[in-house]
Amino acid sequence: MTGRIERRFAALAEEGRAGLVTFTMMGDPDIETSYAILEGLAEAGADVIEIGSPFTDPMADGPVIQRAGQRALRAGITLEKSLALARRFRAQDDTTPLVLMGYYNPIYIYGVERFLNDALEVGLDGMIVVDLPPEEDAELCRPALDAGLSFVRLVAPTTDEARLPAVLTNTSGFVYYISITGITGAAGATTAATQMAVDRLRRHTALPIAVGFGIKTPDQAAEVARVADAAVVGSALVSAIEDGLDVDGGATAACRDNALALVRALGKGVRAARQEAAS
Amino acid sequence: MSARGANRPGPDAEGHFGIYGGRYVAETLMPLILDLETAYEQAKDDPAFTEEFERLLSHYVGRPSPLYHAERLSEHLGGARIYFKRDELNHTGAHKINNCIGQILLARRMGKIRIIAETGAGQHGVATATVCALFGLPCTVYMGETDIERQQPNVFRMKLLGAEVVPVDSGSRTLKDAMNEALRDWVTNVETTFYLIGTVAGPHPYPAMVRDFQSVIGRETREQIMAAEGRLPDTLVACVGGGSNAIGLFHPFLDEDGVRMVGVEAAGHGVESGKHAASLTAGSPGVLHGNRTYLLQDEHGQIIEAHSISAGLDYPGIGPEHAWLRDSGRVNYVAITDDQALDAFHLCARMEGILPALEPAHALAHVVELAPGLPNDHILVMNMCGRGDKDIFTVADTMGASL
Ligand SMILES: Cc1ncc(COP(=O)(O)O)c(C=O)c1O
Repeated sequence: MTGRIERRFAALAEEGRAGLVTFTMMGDPDIETSYAILEGLAEAGADVIEIGSPFTDPMADGPVIQRAGQRALRAGITLEKSLALARRFRAQDDTTPLVLMGYYNPIYIYGVERFLNDALEVGLDGMIVVDLPPEEDAELCRPALDAGLSFVRLVAPTTDEARLPAVLTNTSGFVYYISITGITGAAGATTAATQMAVDRLRRHTALPIAVGFGIKTPDQAAEVARVADAAVVGSALVSAIEDGLDVDGGATAACRDNALALVRALGKGVRAARQEAAS
Repeated sequence: MSARGANRPGPDAEGHFGIYGGRYVAETLMPLILDLETAYEQAKDDPAFTEEFERLLSHYVGRPSPLYHAERLSEHLGGARIYFKRDELNHTGAHKINNCIGQILLARRMGKIRIIAETGAGQHGVATATVCALFGLPCTVYMGETDIERQQPNVFRMKLLGAEVVPVDSGSRTLKDAMNEALRDWVTNVETTFYLIGTVAGPHPYPAMVRDFQSVIGRETREQIMAAEGRLPDTLVACVGGGSNAIGLFHPFLDEDGVRMVGVEAAGHGVESGKHAASLTAGSPGVLHGNRTYLLQDEHGQIIEAHSISAGLDYPGIGPEHAWLRDSGRVNYVAITDDQALDAFHLCARMEGILPALEPAHALAHVVELAPGLPNDHILVMNMCGRGDKDIFTVADTMGASL
């Protein structure tokens, strides 16, 4: 399968650099502002874009992303509206991969078949569903692969050698290595630990490896970019958006400005990483 | 009796009861959940494990709990012969401790050095803090801020027992949010920590494991009713929050066609008001906290906050085996309002000298509806799964009394 994700990672390999994967929540702090941010991400330096779809009970997320989800739900976002934002994005940008990230229940209630049809139709490339391990592949993973969408799997530090092959089967697009046992927004892993984990994964898969959880600064992103194929930044970006809210929690221009400024800085960090390492 | 008939097939190897159950958790937790399953399967077959479980149940918890013929209440209602299975007499005052003894033994066997739990009414928190004190393990209990306010006595008890009580201020600040927070802790501290879930919910193997530990209630009831009446009961009634006391009573009887079973959910202000916790009566299937089951949710799959005067029933889901038993029709599920439960609470206090917890007061309110229409030789067993000491502040509040 050569979709946008594959083409993007191939291009990155060609350039000899790692990619930057961003996560922002659709509907945070309101639907239009979240779109204004989404629209600017690629130009600011995001190579792959994860769009968050909120759930009332995000059991793998820390306080920052929990709050983003609550703001988004209050703003009236739904899976349907998130897909509509993806469609708008795709009309402007036909190359940047777009991956929807969320929890299973809203997709289950939307209807798996309907979701996959609509996802393809709006130009989504794949999905990351936090609470669907390989044990539940029959639910969404296999139907998604059959439909031609990527199902990006999370691999954790607790995923042992015996389990890795099962986790990597039916994974496509890229592998998302969670560098710590923890929730989003926690402190990150050391470079040495990340390096070891990435080496271990490379022995099992030829897929690109993105590393996330705990990356907050351009320096940290650069460190990850030296060893992995991409660095994923979520909570730090969501915090930047949150910092731009006015006293009543309303959006201001600073939400978008803060977010895109951070993405620019992260993008520079990621782009410079291997050059520095080489020189 | 251990042979499984058509009504007790589950779960399958993947932890499913029909379409319900399963393991919908983050990858970080998955390896541990598989370890837990293996450890539990081994423990179950180890006579030493069973022996220690039973020893602690008799000498520490005080089992068997009596099966008591509530004669005055039976006479007052004028119908069925009503028995109470008196799990409120257990150490710590509810059925929750049965499961905690089983899980703490398993935690020790697995070499875990830290215990976490969620709690609603605080009964499971107290029971967990108790077994942690007994086994010398540090204990952290997550509890919603709303529940902390309405279950003050239990919060203090947990602290006296050496547990750390962490207030949870997200979402509805009740049991569901406490469970989210406990899962977050577990994802973070997965190597050292054992998550001691308090009901038949969560990912496989919890629903089956907690059920097995609580089934002591039904096994004892079977023996005791045979001794008292020479036959099996006609009807079993139990309240359902997550469903552990109910499945504990029901499970050993599920293959007995002659035994009717009723699970009683919390209708809060009334099912039509939208402020209730009746997921089987008014919910629909969805995925939350590691399993597929009936949930209170909107048309977008977002979870709706539950409401009940009883903190232990204030949960928008239900154990997956109950979801399956509802669909199969083997168990009937009904809903009782806050007001009905309060009336039953007062009735029981005056008529039997027992202050029931507000959770089994829901079961009792259904017994009050049901019993008068039944013949005098109809044997009805209700699970008196907790005592009401913890609820006196809530009840005082409804009476305008201040303590
Ligand atoms: C006394 C009592 N009964 C019932 C429940 C509800 O739980 P379950 O449905 O698992 O028995 C609780 C929960 O806190 C409780 O404390």
